[in-house]
Amino acid sequence: MKSLHARQAPLADTGYQLAVLSQAEAAGAHFPAFAHKLRESGLLPLRPTGLAVMQINVGKMCNQTCRHCHVDAGPDRTEIMTRETMQLCLDALAQTDIPVVDLTGGAPEMNPDFRWLVEQISALGRETIVRCNLTIIVANKKYHDLPEFFAQHRVRVVSSLPHFSAGRTDAQRGEGVFERSIRALKMLNAVGYGVEGSGLSLDLVYNPAGAFMPGSQASLEREFKQRLGREYGIVFNSLLTITNLPVSRFMEYLLETGNYESYMEKLIAAYNPVAAANVMCRSTLSIGWDGQLYDCDFNQQLDLLVASTAPQHIRDFNEAALSERSIVINQHCYGCTAGAGSSCGGATT
Amino acid sequence: MEKSTYYNPADLAKFGNITEWQSEMGNKFFSYYAEVFKDGALSEREKALIALAVAHAVQCPYCIDAYTTDSLQKGADEAQMMEAVHVAAAIKGGAALVHGVQMMNKAKELSM
Ligand code: SF4
Ligand code: SF4
Repeated sequence: MKSLHARQAPLADTGYQLAVLSQAEAAGAHFPAFAHKLRESGLLPLRPTGLAVMQINVGKMCNQTCRHCHVDAGPDRTEIMTRETMQLCLDALAQTDIPVVDLTGGAPEMNPDFRWLVEQISALGRETIVRCNLTIIVANKKYHDLPEFFAQHRVRVVSSLPHFSAGRTDAQRGEGVFERSIRALKMLNAVGYGVEGSGLSLDLVYNPAGAFMPGSQASLEREFKQRLGREYGIVFNSLLTITNLPVSRFMEYLLETGNYESYMEKLIAAYNPVAAANVMCRSTLSIGWDGQLYDCDFNQQLDLLVASTAPQHIRDFNEAALSERSIVINQHCYGCTAGAGSSCGGATT
Repeated sequence: MEKSTYYNPADLAKFGNITEWQSEMGNKFFSYYAEVFKDGALSEREKALIALAVAHAVQCPYCIDAYTTDSLQKGADEAQMMEAVHVAAAIKGGAALVHGVQMMNKAKELSM
């Protein structure tokens, strides 16, 4: 499978995606505006609650092309953050006491300056999270020592594993991904990740492999722990359930399979005002590969920059101005507020 | 022309409307229903799979839709779901066959 970008698919154009999202009516369904729901919950305009996480997307390059990818990442994507832009992020970080830096991509490890960046963040005394797709660890010899590197810098590893069965995992992420993910998980366990008392944290991310929402985080975690433990001897800390947002390749999947309307209806019907109050954009700043600033990684993939009242590039970083901004919202935000809520940290309620 | 069948998938979403004509009983049913499907001695996923199997046994298309989605949401995979359907099929088949004993008894009673 190729990225939307490489296929020059209509959805590669974020304007086209926003046009799909803005349709209030589709095939007999009616979609109320997300802003309207937020107003009813007393949350409009949506404001930041304080900067707790700096999320840096270091590039769209990835060794996989998962069907649900909201980044439209893949081996054919060349957008990558330069060391100069990384330095700007570090300069901004040094001015603040943001405790956590969350590195994402693509496969963030494929950025040639990835290790340098992790070292700099840890020198500033901040915690690093790496969104690791697991297979990268076994993809090429030069990545085989990533588990040791992560352990050395006390990196918190957050890894996608959509299911404990090979069939459901491979359907979403590609043929053979399950088997390679299991191998990588064993390598992470071998250096202490997920092992009680090691202080090395390994969380798994569950994304539904299809047009449905995730079930209860606690009961899925129990199930994953049981099955991965019994069948492969694998241990991990927490399971984070994340709802797929109707953006990019997941939007393509929904449209192609005729599931778009019913999926939106499900998200809207499950709107939860408590989850809305806890959306991750209120405490996160998202930085794109070229240094531009966004409210979250989803807005980033839709080219929705932070409001123009705030600096829009990391070189102009200004915490006070950012804390005064209104968060840019759209219909895809229903994905964060459905049911138990969804963020990069899993369920929010 | 709209396709017309006895079952309309859109009616599933209207299930709640049954309280309109008998709210007391309807509401009692729904609060009981919600209680039944909570995590308890059985997990929510196990209950979803039981519901899926029963839906096949009682051949309710609404429940098959609802509990296919629910089983997937609760993390069940295809193998677990199909095995649940086989459990329903085995019980249904077995239930028909075990009445064969009654048939045999009756035939013996009536025969020389
Ligand atoms: S979902 Fe993650 S692993 Fe899959 S293509 Fe996208 S960035 Fe790569
Ligand atoms: S999609 Fe982004 S902006 Fe919208 S609610 Fe979720 S985190 Fe916030």
